[in-house]
Amino acid sequence: MAEAGTVETHGAHTHDAHHEQSFWSKYIFSTDHKMIAMQYMLTGMAMALIGGFMSYAFRMQLAFPGETVPGYGLVSQGEYNALVTNHGTIMIFWVAMPVLIAAFGNFLIPLMIGADDMVFPRINRLSFQIFLLSAIILIVSFFVPGGGFGGAWTAYPPLSSTAEYSLTPLGSTLWLVAVALEFVAFLLGGINFITTLMNARAPGMKMHDIPMVLWMIVIASILFMASVGPLIAGAVMLFMDQVVGTGFYDPGRGGDPILWQHLFWFFGHPEVYVVFLPAMGIVADIICTFSRKKLFNYKLILYTVFATAIISFFVWAHHQFVAGIDPRMANVFTITTLIISIPIAEMMFLYIATLYGGSIRLTTPMLWALAFIAEFLIGGITGIFLGASGSDIYFHDTYFVLAHFHYTFFPIAVIGFFAGITYWFPKMFGRMMNPILGKIHFWGTIVSFNCIFIPLFVLGIAGQHRRIYDYQNFPDLALAGLQDLRVFATAALLVMLAFQAIFLFNFVYSIFKGKPAGKNPWKSNTLEWTTESPPPHGNWPELPNCYRGPYEYSVPGREEDYWPQDVPPDTAAAE
Amino acid sequence: MPDDTLGRPFGVPARREPVLPNGVLGMLIFVATEVMFFSGLISAFVIGKSNALGGWPPPGQPRLPVEETAFNTAALLASGVALYFANRAFKNGTPNTKRLLLLSIALGGFFVLFQGAEWVALIGEGLTLTSGQLGGFFYLLVGTHALHVVVGFIILLYTYRRLSRGDLDGFAFWPAQIFWYFVVGVWPILYWQVYL
Repeated sequence: MAEAGTVETHGAHTHDAHHEQSFWSKYIFSTDHKMIAMQYMLTGMAMALIGGFMSYAFRMQLAFPGETVPGYGLVSQGEYNALVTNHGTIMIFWVAMPVLIAAFGNFLIPLMIGADDMVFPRINRLSFQIFLLSAIILIVSFFVPGGGFGGAWTAYPPLSSTAEYSLTPLGSTLWLVAVALEFVAFLLGGINFITTLMNARAPGMKMHDIPMVLWMIVIASILFMASVGPLIAGAVMLFMDQVVGTGFYDPGRGGDPILWQHLFWFFGHPEVYVVFLPAMGIVADIICTFSRKKLFNYKLILYTVFATAIISFFVWAHHQFVAGIDPRMANVFTITTLIISIPIAEMMFLYIATLYGGSIRLTTPMLWALAFIAEFLIGGITGIFLGASGSDIYFHDTYFVLAHFHYTFFPIAVIGFFAGITYWFPKMFGRMMNPILGKIHFWGTIVSFNCIFIPLFVLGIAGQHRRIYDYQNFPDLALAGLQDLRVFATAALLVMLAFQAIFLFNFVYSIFKGKPAGKNPWKSNTLEWTTESPPPHGNWPELPNCYRGPYEYSVPGREEDYWPQDVPPDTAAAE
Repeated sequence: MPDDTLGRPFGVPARREPVLPNGVLGMLIFVATEVMFFSGLISAFVIGKSNALGGWPPPGQPRLPVEETAFNTAALLASGVALYFANRAFKNGTPNTKRLLLLSIALGGFFVLFQGAEWVALIGEGLTLTSGQLGGFFYLLVGTHALHVVVGFIILLYTYRRLSRGDLDGFAFWPAQIFWYFVVGVWPILYWQVYL
């Protein structure tokens, strides 16, 4: 902490660029942004495997209730709750955020703005260490007496605040501590991201020359920092309710359980956009590169993102329509919720306009990017039914909600990640991924993903409630037709998980045996493609200058259809 | 052309001067997060107050020491003012910097000690974290602020050490000041909401 403090107060860092590093300082206690990005990414991928395994265990229980799950054993009621809770928590806080914001943010921000590192490298390292600690605490919470926390990832009190209700006195506290530490890690990371983007850009890079993915990551960081405070306040109160015995959320002692819901969702809804925007930015850069066209109306997209970010602070109560809030307030939040679909739709249209008339190359990253637009659209459209307070009363807490947010979070966390990793893999590891395996993996994942969640929409419309251990106890939900849908969704999940083995094989194989990539395999414009792959410590022997916007593709009158940002204009001498 | 004198070829863009130094910008972002954190706490408290069935403050609970804390509030505000003048002296290079910074630190320390004494008295009167909504929120809000004062106090001590060694620069002094101004500035709002 003292070290990090000095860096911060000095306001500048010395970068000893070219000396041999020991194993520890290179891989474990590195301050290099690329290594920290790798650490975040690999931790996030490992957590994704754990979260995926959890979904396997509880989906098997739903398809074949009461039977032993191969590789897991019998899922008890308490374990079922803990699995569902931690699947959600892990996938949002330990997969989507570290991979999309921390990994891509750390890797891309200095490389794309032409800097040698983040402005606070040691705060960056501290950020990852705290993140790793939080991940370990979360995993440990599964093995303490009472088991892991099972009160849903939203942790509504009094279920989460009272040990007699949750039956997990230690598990729920550890869960809360892990989440709070994770927020601290991203707070430190966010300070770094914003400051770096503002202060460390290459000479000549103006605000509107910044690649869209960086804008989106940084706006997501701003959004996160602005919304996380009230949640930390709520978490401190919840922690004290659990440990000290205060009664902030205990209605029996004058407390207010709904208060937590407000504090949680005030953060929780912007959080959706915190993870959505980086994925959207990754897609923007990919579709420009592979349709060889300029991003359609860069400034409009940028301002739309700002609008989305601001509106996202005024929609949170649409999660609480059935929690007993005033119907007049529900009206207001219905309107704001429907309004926020306008900027999102606008961005979709601008992306499609970017594709229009381009010379599209269906590489693996491009396929993922297109799939992101298509799948997220389904998530967005189904959200309109949930945002309207009238229809939400019927849909609330059914599988319709579950399928809806999986159609948003899966494109974000999984499709967005695969788009980004297949696109920047050559830069990260210096080798190409196998395109054939990549496409097999793509189609297998996308088709099985839709097969999982479309049946769940149907089940939700049929009235199937979330977070139920065994539907056989409910006569109208135990019908054979509905059970068939559950079995089908679970079978599709097994197929999808199996296809991830292809990705893992491709990933590991390509790191060592892939085709060497060279500096700029995709013929892309942005600055990260002007250095070696993988970039050396310090990124460039000599830091680049920037002369133009990031999306100058197919410029008339040029021999090549791309125009890298660091190439001086031909007419410089005539100036 | 200025470009020629710096030995750059024509058309090479100049490195931009950042509007705010890294440390200042980073600390401002952090303080913005802290503002949201305290907004969360205060709005939770306001909702808690309005939910109270028997009116606020709840009947049968010890009263908070309004006058003594007003005095303490003045001490903390004076600490902020002292730091402001310490910065002016620092910029002008006058030797007063050290004395003013020390005054600011001493007033901050006094604030924490005074509050500690206040807490001991309140606990003696039966106001604890678990004695009800008033006790819970009082120690939560005031305690969180006290924690920030202690952190700010340590930062200022560190600043003082660097000043007396003579290696303090504006890059280190500014972020420390921003944090302390935040700690000082949020207190009157807490005093108004919690005590009055």
